[in-house]
Amino acid sequence: MYHTNIIEYLELSAPEYTDKLAFSDGADSLSFRELYDVSCRVGSFLSDKGYMREPIALMMGKHPDTVAAMLGVVSAGCFYTCLDPDVPRQRVELILEKLSPRAIIYDEENRERAEELSTSAAVYPYTVACSFSSDTERLTWVRSQALDTDPVYVVFTSGSTGMPKGVVASHRSVIDYTETLCEALGFSDKTVFGNQAPLCFDAPLKEIMPTLKLGATTYLIPRKLFLSPVRLCEFLDEHRINTVCWVASALVLISASGALERYRPSHLETVCFGSEVFPSGEYKKWRAAYPQGRLVNLYGPTEATGMSCYWIADRELEDSERIPIGRPFRNTEIILLGDDLSPVSDGEQGEIFIRGSCLTLGYFGDSERTGRAFVQNPLNQSFPELVYRTGDIGRKNSHGELEFICRVDRQIKLMGHRIELGEIETAAQRLCGVSRAAAVFDSESRRIIVYFTGTPEASEVIAHLKEHLPRYMLPRRVYRLEAMPLTQSGKLDRGALLALFSASK
Amino acid sequence: MQKLIKIFNDICPEIDLSSSERLVDDGILDSLDIVALVTEINETFDVSVPPEEITPENFNSSASIMALIERLRDN
Repeated sequence: MYHTNIIEYLELSAPEYTDKLAFSDGADSLSFRELYDVSCRVGSFLSDKGYMREPIALMMGKHPDTVAAMLGVVSAGCFYTCLDPDVPRQRVELILEKLSPRAIIYDEENRERAEELSTSAAVYPYTVACSFSSDTERLTWVRSQALDTDPVYVVFTSGSTGMPKGVVASHRSVIDYTETLCEALGFSDKTVFGNQAPLCFDAPLKEIMPTLKLGATTYLIPRKLFLSPVRLCEFLDEHRINTVCWVASALVLISASGALERYRPSHLETVCFGSEVFPSGEYKKWRAAYPQGRLVNLYGPTEATGMSCYWIADRELEDSERIPIGRPFRNTEIILLGDDLSPVSDGEQGEIFIRGSCLTLGYFGDSERTGRAFVQNPLNQSFPELVYRTGDIGRKNSHGELEFICRVDRQIKLMGHRIELGEIETAAQRLCGVSRAAAVFDSESRRIIVYFTGTPEASEVIAHLKEHLPRYMLPRRVYRLEAMPLTQSGKLDRGALLALFSASK
Repeated sequence: MQKLIKIFNDICPEIDLSSSERLVDDGILDSLDIVALVTEINETFDVSVPPEEITPENFNSSASIMALIERLRDN
């Protein structure tokens, strides 16, 4: 069936899988019927209040209700943004300023935070929205007005100027991703996902969308368990979880701590990872632990909806070899272009450009940055055709598989989070008395270090950053310098700063 | 305790050890930190922290980590 709206997945699976568990966090859960019912109520509530084709923000925790709220927003013909409950208020307000939603829905846990926000938006408790009576007729009318080019969500990611960028994804791109991901990885209604990623990013689509489409089950694993390897393994076993798509550091916690050896989760069949480097020693432990299972490396930027490429580990890797990112999903093309924007020859490095329906609509309220990243296909001079310029450098290895090499700019990946070092610098420079700040990433210790010049103490800079940045963006060390090292041409010498850090270790 | 403070200073110097009793619960330590801490603790104190002992309760404060190390040494 040709889908044009993501809610159609739930409309088809709800009557077929009625009482089957759809989403659970181990304590609370929603069956397919409940999920459908609740999302219709939330949708009717929003529609009744007159919201349509506009952003609705959700300030809710990692809970099945949040999934119901997301779907409710989409049923109302609107699109959602999940505000991470763990992000400092200043940053949340920066996002709200950009998005300017007229409504925010919060759960009980976030009542205080939501009510404290300085925003002109109406704030509604989820308990009220989900107990509104369903108005099927109205929702049917709303649907008749919807197009597959309308947005589903806006995900905010780090921006180098200090302003988070909101990536807007459409029904078309999410459906394209869902169909091709399910097909490539062979998910089915027997799949039981163990979700790790916070709901405020695009990463959880990997579990949420196949669950809706196929009648699978997703456990939203409480964040705290990712700090107790044995309890995490026990959770996977208890709920017979057979598929995980995690950041590599979550897998490393299980293998490096020794838990994988002694508490190997026995139902796991598919282990996907991505978003950051997987240390080869730990990768090998996982490969050895699941000789019959599938290990899959995933690669893709938020701007192309979710994941764009995959590599199923079907051969042993040489010690010196990078884990490949493989090949694109069906209906996605990866183009490698050189500095002159012409295709590179096989084996040579080039910038990764992505082509296909997976492309998102661009950045919310930011046509300038959209225009720089979503560009006319350099290989097509005949008609308008956008491709996404990733800023990632890749190449094809001797097996014809794609490899990710590095970034062209100063974006890094840490614990699966995409971080612009420039955003950290901008935040530090906002503190009164700081004349210049530079953030560098030490790839060996995988830590961010900030150097600054000016009058404040290092501890004041740390305290200031804690108020403005999410925890995952905080530098591990902050040093004051009398003067910044400069290159001969007078530019900031980041190499010298890294050398300074290495020397101090 | 001095040795433990040194490990913390090397791995996560921005943390004020003396004032926090909720290093894990408040998300001050992440899973990468914990893996790094366990490796250093094993080497420095000549113990082997088993996976069962890697829990928020044991890693929430310097005192609880010290207690864990003492317990492992006694066994």
